[in-house]
Amino acid sequence: MSGVVTALGVLLGLLLGIGLVLRISARRMAPDEDSVVEKINAVLPQTQCAQCGYPGCRPYAEAIARGEADINQCPPGGEAGVRELAELLGREPKPLDAERGETKPPQVAFIDEDRCIGCTLCIQACPVDAIVGAAKRMHTVIEADCTGCELCLPPCPVDCIDLVPRPAPFIWPEPGARTDSIPIEVRHG
Amino acid sequence: MAEIEIGRHLYRFPGGLKLRHHKQIACRDPLTPAPLPERLWLPLVQHQGPAGECRVQPGDRVVGGQPLTRARSDREVPIHAPTSGVVEDLRDGPVSWPPGGTAPCLVLAPDGEDRFEALDTPDDWAAESPDALIERLRAGGLAGLGGAAFPTAAKLRGGFPPIRALILNGSECEPYISCDEMLMRSRPEAIVEGARILTRATGAEEVVIAIEDQMGEVRKRLNEAIRTVDPDAPIRVVQVTTVYPEGGEKQLIQVLTGLEVPHDGLPQDLGLVCLNVATAAAARDILFDGRPVIERIVTVSGPGIVHPRNLVVRLGTPIADLVAAAGGPTGDLDRLVLGGPMSGLPLASDRIPITKGSNCILALRPEDTARTQPVMPCINCGECIRVCPASLLPQMLYKHLVADDFDAAQALNLFDCIECGCCAHVCPSHIPLVDQYRHGKGVLRERGVEDARAARAKARFEAREERLAEREAERRRKREARERRLKDTGGAKSEVQAAIERARARKDAGDGEDDG
Amino acid sequence: MNLSLAGAPHLPPISTVGGVMRQVLYALVPGIVAHVVYFGVGILFQIALAVGFALILEAAMLRLRQRPLKPFLTDCSAVVTAVLFALCMPPLAPWWIALTGMVFAIVVAKHLYGGLGSNLFNPTMVGFAAVIIAFPIELSQWLAPRSLTPGLPGIGETAVAIFTGQLPASVNWDAISQATPLDALKTGVAENRLVTEIRDAPIFGDFGGLGWEWIANFYALGGMYLIWRRVISWHVPVAVIGTTILVSTPMWLLGPDIHPSPLQHVFSGALVLAAFFIATDPVSGCSTMRGRLVFGAGVAILTLAIRRYGGYPDGVAFAVLLMNMGAPMIDRLTRPRTYGHGGGGS
Repeated sequence: MSGVVTALGVLLGLLLGIGLVLRISARRMAPDEDSVVEKINAVLPQTQCAQCGYPGCRPYAEAIARGEADINQCPPGGEAGVRELAELLGREPKPLDAERGETKPPQVAFIDEDRCIGCTLCIQACPVDAIVGAAKRMHTVIEADCTGCELCLPPCPVDCIDLVPRPAPFIWPEPGARTDSIPIEVRHG
Repeated sequence: MAEIEIGRHLYRFPGGLKLRHHKQIACRDPLTPAPLPERLWLPLVQHQGPAGECRVQPGDRVVGGQPLTRARSDREVPIHAPTSGVVEDLRDGPVSWPPGGTAPCLVLAPDGEDRFEALDTPDDWAAESPDALIERLRAGGLAGLGGAAFPTAAKLRGGFPPIRALILNGSECEPYISCDEMLMRSRPEAIVEGARILTRATGAEEVVIAIEDQMGEVRKRLNEAIRTVDPDAPIRVVQVTTVYPEGGEKQLIQVLTGLEVPHDGLPQDLGLVCLNVATAAAARDILFDGRPVIERIVTVSGPGIVHPRNLVVRLGTPIADLVAAAGGPTGDLDRLVLGGPMSGLPLASDRIPITKGSNCILALRPEDTARTQPVMPCINCGECIRVCPASLLPQMLYKHLVADDFDAAQALNLFDCIECGCCAHVCPSHIPLVDQYRHGKGVLRERGVEDARAARAKARFEAREERLAEREAERRRKREARERRLKDTGGAKSEVQAAIERARARKDAGDGEDDG
Repeated sequence: MNLSLAGAPHLPPISTVGGVMRQVLYALVPGIVAHVVYFGVGILFQIALAVGFALILEAAMLRLRQRPLKPFLTDCSAVVTAVLFALCMPPLAPWWIALTGMVFAIVVAKHLYGGLGSNLFNPTMVGFAAVIIAFPIELSQWLAPRSLTPGLPGIGETAVAIFTGQLPASVNWDAISQATPLDALKTGVAENRLVTEIRDAPIFGDFGGLGWEWIANFYALGGMYLIWRRVISWHVPVAVIGTTILVSTPMWLLGPDIHPSPLQHVFSGALVLAAFFIATDPVSGCSTMRGRLVFGAGVAILTLAIRRYGGYPDGVAFAVLLMNMGAPMIDRLTRPRTYGHGGGGS
C-alpha cells in the first residue's frame, strides 16, 4: 500500500516539477513580438483588401500577434491560410468567418476604358498602387500588380471597373482524379 | 575547364532500363511523303516560348516557304506556310498541350499546286559571322526537332561561356520511334553539312554524333557521309549503349563526358550544346536550299496501326490523315500518343496537327493499355530507386506528394526528375508515379508564381504606406512651420493685413492699365 | 474515337505485387523439400495451418477496414508471411502456435499499422517473437534429423501430435527435446565445454547443424534465384552473410575453443533464411542500396551478439526487429546524391 502511495507521490512530483519548468521557460523564451508579426505576415496572401477589418495584411498580422484578432478573418487566404496560421501559432484551426467575405479564385480588376472619366478616385484607393493614370487621363490597371482586393470598386463614380478571373495555368491533374472528357480552354500569349 | 575529347571513353549513367526497341517494323518501308490534307492547321506556337508576330490575315494567298509569323526575339520562332494556298482563318484549334486544350491556329487551305519560294541564302555561308548565321536560322523557323522544340537561336547564343563541343543526338532511345534513324539512313550528308554550319555558328571545336544503331545501318552511312563532305572536319560518330533513357540530353552528356549538367544550369555552362540530328539537317536546308522548317519525318507506329511506317509530313497535317496514310487503325484505339510509350503525351483527338516537335504517333489498342492489376500501395521494393537515372527516391517523392507535402518533395529534388517513366515502368504496384510528379511540379510552380506576386504586393503596399506617411509628415511640418512664422511676425492679423495691402496694390496697378 | 488521356508510361508494367510474392514462394520450395526430407512432414502441416489462419485473418481485417478483398488476398503477401513463419516453427508445434503467430503477424503487425506497405516491423518476425516469448517450451521441442532418429513420425502421427498434443509412440520426449545445434552450443559453452568438444555431438554436421546446413544451402539457392530475377537485390544477403563471416572469423581465429567457426554461424539457425527472405522484406527494411548494406550488417552483428550474450539461442528475429526500428533513419542518412547536385566530375 505504501508502495503505491510512494509511486503516486513521485509521479505527481515529477509532473508538477516538469510543468513548472515548462511554464518558466515558455515565458523566458517567448518569441519576440516583431518576429511573430513577420511570420504571420508571411503566411497572409498580401491582397491588402481589408476584409479582415484591418487596413492591410500587416496591420492584421499585428492584431493577431497582439491577440486582438482571430485567425479566421482572411477570405483570400482561404481555409488553407487559416490552417497555416493555426499551425504557426499552435492554435486550433477553425472555419473561415463567413461574415468577412467568401474565398474567390484569383482575379484582377479591369477598367472599361470607354466609361472611365479620369477622376483618380480608384488610384487613391488602391492599396498597392496598381492603377496607372492621372487626372483627366485614362486610367488602367497593371495586371501584374493587381491583387483583386476590390477596394477600387466602391469609389468609382461611373462603375467602370470589373473583376475578371486571372487565367489559371494548367496543372497536370492528380492521378485518380482525372476525368478524361473535359476539354480545357487555354489562351497562349 | 580541361580539354574534353568527348566520346573517346564512354561512361555509364545510374539506373535506366533495357527495353525492346520495336523500331524495325516502321523501318521496313522507305520514307515516303504523306499526302497533303484538305486543311493544314498551323498553331502559332510550335515551340517553347511565346508566339511570333502574325504577318498574314484571313484571305491572304501564300506560297510554300512564306513566313506567316515573325520572330521579334530569340525566344520566338516564326512559322512558315508548308505549301501554297489560301489562309482561311485564324482561330482556336485542338493542340497537344495542354491535353484536351486548344490554341490559336492559322488554317491554310492548300491549292494543290505546291508552289514554293525559297528564302534568301548566302553565297558563302562559311564567310558569314556566327550571329548572321543564327539570324538566318531563326528566320528559317529553326527549333529543336527532337521533340522539345526549344528555340534554337536561344540555345546557340545568349551570353553563354564559349562552346567547346557540339553533340548531335541521334540516339533515339525510346521504343517505336525511328524518325531519326530514317533521317540518318536517307540523308546523312545533310546532317554532316548541318554539323559544319552549327560549328561555325557556335564556335565549337569538335562535333560528336551520338547513335545507338540498334539495326546496324547508321554508323557506316554517317562515316561515309563525313568522308564525302569533309574528311578533315572534327566530326566523330560515337555509338552509345542501348539503355533507356540514353537519348535524354542530361544522360547523353554524362555518358559522353562523365560530367553532370548542374541542376540550376545548362549544358552550355559545361561548354556543350546538344541538338538533335534533325535540327542539324534542317539548319542545312535553311542555309543551302532556303527551305524553312515546313515539314518533318514522323513515325506512325504501334500495335494499333495496320502498316507502321515513317512519313515525311508537312507541318499542320492532322494526325487522322497520317493514321490513314499508314493503313489506318487495326480496330478500336484506346490511346493516341505523341512520342513514345515511356514519356509520350496522350492526345485528346485525332484532329490535332503535326507541329515541329511531333516525332512519333503511337496508336495503342485497349488490350495494350489495359490495367493488369489495380493500383496497390507502395511496398517499398526499391526497384524505382534502382532504375532512376537522376538518382532520386521516387517512392519517397510519391509518398510526400500523396500527403500533399509539396515542400518535402521539392526538398527531395522533385524538379530534377526528367519524367522518363523508368520508375513507373518497374513498379510492381502499378503506381502512376510520373503523373503524380507532374501534378506536384505544377502545384509548386504555381505556388512560386503566387509567392512572387504576394511579395510584390507586400513591397508595393509597404512603399505606399511609407509614401503616405511621408506626405502626412510633410504636411505636418509645413503646418508647424507656418504656425511658428505667424508667432514671429505678430500673429495672423498682420498676415491678413499684409495680404489685403498686396491685393489693393495689384488692383491699383490693374486700374491704371485699364485707363491707359 | 474515344481516346483516354492517361499519362505515361502507356504500357502497363510487367511485374505485379502478386507476381513478386509468388516468385518468393517458388524460391522457398527447394528449402521446404529439404526440410521434409530431414525432419518429416510436420513442416507441411505448419505451413498449411499458418497459411490458412493468415488468409482468414487477413480477410477478416480487410472487411473490418472496409478494403476490397480480391486484390489484397490474391497478392499473396499474407501467404509469404505465413510460410516464412511456419519455416521457423518446430515441425510438431501445436496448431494454436500458428494461430497465435498469425494473429500477431497479420492483425497486429500488418493491419493495425495500415495494411500492405505500411507495416513498420517485419510481420513474420513479430509473430515469431510473440510466440517464442509466450511459449518458450513449445518452441524448443525440435525433432532430431532423420539420420539420427529411428523413424520420423508419419503423416497420421504428425497430425495427431499437432492437433491434440499427444506425441506418437515412436517418439519420446527425450527425442523431441533435442536441442538444436545452437542450443547445444549455448548451453555447452555456458558449461565451459570446448566448442570442438561440443561439435563432436552427432547433431552437428560437417559445417553447420546436421540437416540444417543442407536446408540452408537450398534456401540460399532459392535466394540466388530471386536475385537473378531481380525480385530482391544482392545488398541485404551479401551484407548479412558477409558481416557474419567478417565478425566471427577474427573471434574464431583468436579463440577456436570458445567461438564457433564462421561457417557454423552462417549455417545454423535461421541466418540464411533471414539473409535471403526475411531481412529482404521490402516494406520494413531499407530502400536505398547503401541503406540495405547497413541494415544487413546490423542484422548480422545483432544476431551474433544475441547468440553469444543474449538469452535466446538464435537472435535473428530480434535482430531484424531492432533493425526495423532504425530503417527509416538509415534510409534518410543514405540518400543517393541527385544528378546535377555537387560532384559529377570526370
